[in-house]
Amino acid sequence: MRNFSLFAFSMLAVMFLLSPEVYAAASGDAVSGLALGAGLGIGIAAAGGAIAQGKTMDAALNAIGRNPGAAGQIQTPMIIGLALIESLVIYALAITFLLQSKI
Amino acid sequence: MSAALEHAQWTELIGVNQYDHIIGSGIVVLFLILVSLKVRAKTTGDSSLIPSSKFSLSNLFEFLTLDFLLKLLTDIFGTEEKAKKYLPLLGGSFFFIFFSNLLGVFPGFYPATQNLNSTLACATVIFVTYNYMGFKEHGVGYLKHFMGPVIYLAPLMIIIEVISHLVRPASLSLRLFWNMTGDHLVLQIFSNLTPYVVPAIFIGLGVFVSFLQAFIFTILSSIYISLSTSHDH
Repeated sequence: MRNFSLFAFSMLAVMFLLSPEVYAAASGDAVSGLALGAGLGIGIAAAGGAIAQGKTMDAALNAIGRNPGAAGQIQTPMIIGLALIESLVIYALAITFLLQSKI
Repeated sequence: MSAALEHAQWTELIGVNQYDHIIGSGIVVLFLILVSLKVRAKTTGDSSLIPSSKFSLSNLFEFLTLDFLLKLLTDIFGTEEKAKKYLPLLGGSFFFIFFSNLLGVFPGFYPATQNLNSTLACATVIFVTYNYMGFKEHGVGYLKHFMGPVIYLAPLMIIIEVISHLVRPASLSLRLFWNMTGDHLVLQIFSNLTPYVVPAIFIGLGVFVSFLQAFIFTILSSIYISLSTSHDH
């Protein structure tokens, strides 16, 4: 039952994505392509970044829960990891800005 | 860049708008020189044995340098002597980037790190330093770092290693620049939306991100230097 509903949802999603409205926007000006790229780019990058940072925090909080005395030594690499993941999202933000300035 | 990235500055009143990042870094360097002179006067005089009881600016700098930076660099480099060798460069870059970022939180000032030229200069200094230290430590054998573990993989590994080494200063400078720009932009957007209480949260975020980016820059630079001067092969 779950597999069937998953299949039905994916069929609906594909039909939505291939619908004429989306086609009309993509074959319009170059401006709409740029705007779509800018918006979707940073959106997907933020989603990926949030998932990765969530996994980092999960591991770090579990480790602090198991060993509260080592909280300081866990916290420093956690902050470094969070900032490095965030820098990848910032690279995508840079491309979004460069695209958005061309509109 | 789009018009969203422009903002009003004090230097517009004098009309020296194109040189604002030079003026910004000049302000920061002047501030750091004055504070260093004050800290040195406090720590090498008659009252050097007794630390002052209240939380003054020189206490803040002593704490940041000795308790925080030196401990951090000792953890990364292994021995305190190696950490003290690189403390001037890395500590100087930490303080410069930290106070340059903080200058951007004040309304109207233009931080030096919000211009790609300044951040690229900081990253290039680190790049040249760690390569130079690698050559000084290992001689020509520093190039064996690029060849990978086995000799017959060397042509592939050289390409991969050169690209990853070239990405390092690019990523250092771009991370710093875009973090500062994006943070300032978010502050601008929210100040346009709700002018009263909510931007205070973003100013707090700005202070936190300033410290964090300076910290990340320093840690990554020290990791690069310690990787290139390590003797573990």
